[in-house]
Amino acid sequence: MQDSGIAILFKGINFQRLLGGLWVTLRIALISIGLSCVLGLLFGLLMLSRRKIAQVFCRVWLEIVRFMPQLVLLYIVYFGFARMFGWDLDGETSGILVFTFWGAAEMGDLIRGALTSIPLHQTESAAAIGLTQWQIYRHVLIPQMLRRLLPQAINLSTRIIKTTALVKMINVIEVLKVGQQIIGQFYRSPDAAFWIYFVIFLLYFLVCWPISMLAKRLEKKWA
Amino acid sequence: MSEPILRVKDVHKSFDETGVLHGVSLDIREGEVVVIVGPSGCGKSTLLRCINGLETIDRGEIFLRGEKISGRTKDLHLVRQKIGMVFQSYDLFPHMKVMDNLLLGPVRALGRPREEAEKEAMEMLARVGLREKADVYPRTLSGGQKQRVALVRAMMMHPEILLLDEITAALDPEMVSEVLNVVIDLARGGMTMAIVTHEMRFAEAVADEVLFLEDGVVVEQGPPEKFFHAPETERAQQFLKSFTYSFKKSEVQPKNNPED
Repeated sequence: MQDSGIAILFKGINFQRLLGGLWVTLRIALISIGLSCVLGLLFGLLMLSRRKIAQVFCRVWLEIVRFMPQLVLLYIVYFGFARMFGWDLDGETSGILVFTFWGAAEMGDLIRGALTSIPLHQTESAAAIGLTQWQIYRHVLIPQMLRRLLPQAINLSTRIIKTTALVKMINVIEVLKVGQQIIGQFYRSPDAAFWIYFVIFLLYFLVCWPISMLAKRLEKKWA
Repeated sequence: MSEPILRVKDVHKSFDETGVLHGVSLDIREGEVVVIVGPSGCGKSTLLRCINGLETIDRGEIFLRGEKISGRTKDLHLVRQKIGMVFQSYDLFPHMKVMDNLLLGPVRALGRPREEAEKEAMEMLARVGLREKADVYPRTLSGGQKQRVALVRAMMMHPEILLLDEITAALDPEMVSEVLNVVIDLARGGMTMAIVTHEMRFAEAVADEVLFLEDGVVVEQGPPEKFFHAPETERAQQFLKSFTYSFKKSEVQPKNNPED
């Protein structure tokens, strides 16, 4: 017999399966975002380094990230590295690696931008009241930097969350893949695909929307 | 004569081969106000920046109360705690309320108790007529108000000497006097200061000593009465002349002014 799409969703443990898939999605995204923040800070500071070699290194990294589709990067790591170096990384690890590689570079660029947007006079005024270099960063530069950075960083985070859908191509069973499995099971139902994908859309929306609202609110508060 | 608070000895400084200071010397004694004047680009601001270590010097020495402070790379912040500086562009910290701007130095750099520093900050704000502004963000202040807050912020460190780098140059004309009055008040209170300014009447009013700098050298130095009214050097005369406007109109059309 044919089930209507919505009924399928609540049949058996289908919905729980979708939520389980969403958790995989979020796990990959959150770990990648976390690592991107830490490495991005280093990357951003490296970009500001006066050493030519550091600048070239960052430039190349950033350009690769900008021009290379994330899917290609995923394939290189997941399939390429296994063959080339015998690194048998599972899909999730490969995904985290690629999204961190991407996120760190973009986050670094945002951090660099936020740091350089603060006028030199702020540093000098802070130095003039006898603060140490660390105190200048801690009380004057970083707070101002965060105010500029946070909305953009949150925006990048939602992009990373969305893009994790690609890991389904390297055999990770995340929310989209789970959805497809369910649709496959109920291939007779004419509207299963629509409803399942619609619910997946809603799930993504429910994750990303509050985050983006937070960014807007922070932006307003600090304007 | 007592030992000077600040001694600048034969300081040389250049940026990328371009010489800015060519052997400038200067002594400032306790309670003395030295005003440094000169044409744009003569090195006045650079001199102040060298004193508190924002620029390194190429040659010469700078002493604060007999202690050599030039050429220091370590613990520069300890030196700067004793040398207050206020800049042309009122650089309050935009993410902090006025009070927090004032407390940052005393509490974080000097480790003074917050309540005590806050009490002093309120008193000083009241003195510059900004008592009610303690709880606002700098962006809501006018330029003149910001600069008065910046002066208080520097004074909150109880510096040995205060360096003022063209602090009214970015202000609208009607706000200049409210800031300069605060400086004159400080001078009367015995604050030792080195002031770079283009406000000649203010310079004359506040200075104990005037230093005329041109092309990185001290061309003339002396008490304000002498410098402003009977300058010795031709270059100083020329410089001072550039500040007096001559209205040619009345000469061309004398009929428009029958009283003359």
